[in-house]
Amino acid sequence: MTIEQISVFLENKPGRLAEITKIIGDAGVDLRAMSLADTADFGVLRLMVDNPEKTRELLQGAGCVVSVTQVLAVRIADKPGSLAGVLAVLADAGISVEYAYASITRDRENAYVIFRVDDNDRALRAFGGRGITTASAKELFNGG
Amino acid sequence: MGYYQVEMECAERETMRELQSKRLAENVAHVYKNVPHYKKKMDDRGVTPSDIKSVEDLCKLPFLTKDDLKDAYPYGYLAVPLSEAVRIQSTSGTTGKRVVAFYTQGDIGLWDDCCARAIMAAGGGKDDVVHVCYGYGLFTGGPGLNGGSHKVGSLTLPMSSGNTERQIQFMTDLEATILCCTPSYAAFLAESIIEQGHRGQIKLKAGIFGAEAWSEEMRRDIEARLGIKAYDIYGLTEISGPGVSFECAEQTGMHVNEDHFIPEIIDPETGEVLPDGERGELVLTCITKKAFPLLRYRTRDICVLSRKPCSCGRTLVKMSRLMGRTDDMLIIRGVNVFPSQIETVLLSCGFQPNYQIVVDRVRHTDTFEVRVELTSEMFSDTVKDISTKENELVSAMRAMLGISPKVTLVAPRSIARSEGKAVRVVDKRKI
Repeated sequence: MTIEQISVFLENKPGRLAEITKIIGDAGVDLRAMSLADTADFGVLRLMVDNPEKTRELLQGAGCVVSVTQVLAVRIADKPGSLAGVLAVLADAGISVEYAYASITRDRENAYVIFRVDDNDRALRAFGGRGITTASAKELFNGG
Repeated sequence: MGYYQVEMECAERETMRELQSKRLAENVAHVYKNVPHYKKKMDDRGVTPSDIKSVEDLCKLPFLTKDDLKDAYPYGYLAVPLSEAVRIQSTSGTTGKRVVAFYTQGDIGLWDDCCARAIMAAGGGKDDVVHVCYGYGLFTGGPGLNGGSHKVGSLTLPMSSGNTERQIQFMTDLEATILCCTPSYAAFLAESIIEQGHRGQIKLKAGIFGAEAWSEEMRRDIEARLGIKAYDIYGLTEISGPGVSFECAEQTGMHVNEDHFIPEIIDPETGEVLPDGERGELVLTCITKKAFPLLRYRTRDICVLSRKPCSCGRTLVKMSRLMGRTDDMLIIRGVNVFPSQIETVLLSCGFQPNYQIVVDRVRHTDTFEVRVELTSEMFSDTVKDISTKENELVSAMRAMLGISPKVTLVAPRSIARSEGKAVRVVDKRKI
């Protein structure tokens, strides 16, 4: 399954990231993972939050450009070599990874890695055949 | 689409010429008698009021420029006693030279008439709800369209500028049918209306947008987004305000209210009057206003006049949309750049025309940056996609202008707007 990620355009100005995280923090939105991509003059902030719809509304209301993207939260065993195994499956299936980042977790056994790939359906089929599972939003935020 | 004053709007050419000649001669005598600054200019050229008998004699009169008005600020060009003047309006002073214009009761009446013609040409009538979100106050936009709307008998919403939430609420609650504002504010409102999901509740059928130069692409974009027909309107505080000229349903230029204002096109370098169809600087002469009747005022706006018959039936001469200003042309690294070219490229690449050109000079070389407001449609979660769009924009600008700007994407609504007019050019060069 896929889950929703919030992406926010960040102008390269001091304090923008602080402003945005304050807005969602003040609203009681729970943040499970984030990544920040940056170029010389702008950045893209990606967030995994427990309430994507509310977060989108809050940030749009504050004048931000926001988009919602379907991404994969892949559950991997918390031991050496697991991530390489997942990437090998994607590579074998010819699926490109646009970006990936790790999520914090309260589960001692497993870790979660957020993947943005060029074809979610094909990635899910490839994972299914190799016993790799993806997490729902509920699982990511409440634990399995 | 109706006429407000059909006898003027559709007058025979000869009748109009006779009327213009008579009014011109009267106003030249009035100005000569009451404005010492202009009397001196005429005397210096050896022209007297008796030399001005008809429109053909107009070219004998000296030009007026914004500098002339600045030198005589504030009362130098007031042509009536204070007891007859009832109102002032003023320019924003963005070019550093504030102009204060005066009006008698009669001047306001004829200005309102001009705006009423514009509203009726856009399909307005007694049953319409006219939403005016031009600024009110010293800016002429709000008072002009407000007065015109009253004359037509439309229900007028004197919204003034700003507070977009409230604008949209009144527009939907009162079912406004005609929107009057700057084109950049119209584009911004359209964006907000669609973003907030109010597109279905909008009852607008037409928009009258002026006070800013805009492109045909921008017109089509606003029309599609709001489901309206968008009409251009032109005017300037020095001459009266909006309504000097206005567009009809043909949308091929703006009819000049020639019974009040005589237009000429001149070569901005030599001052020579150019024939109809040639591109040059627009010069306007007020022939009915009494308090501030400028003669041969150089607008610095570049356009073309056309007397091609119009399908709307009006015989008033048409001026093209503004093609730039004699003074907004930027020369960057020796290349001529008009902001309207940037606007055209932005729209063709899928961006909104919310931009700002920043020019500076670093170590004797011009820097050229175009700041563009990002929209939801153009945003992506991957840097690669955004960079691709940025690069396409740079290539398209290079193709259009011959030089490459640095394109910087900025947050929506982060570019400064004053009175709804976006600040398009920031030139930091000290030359």
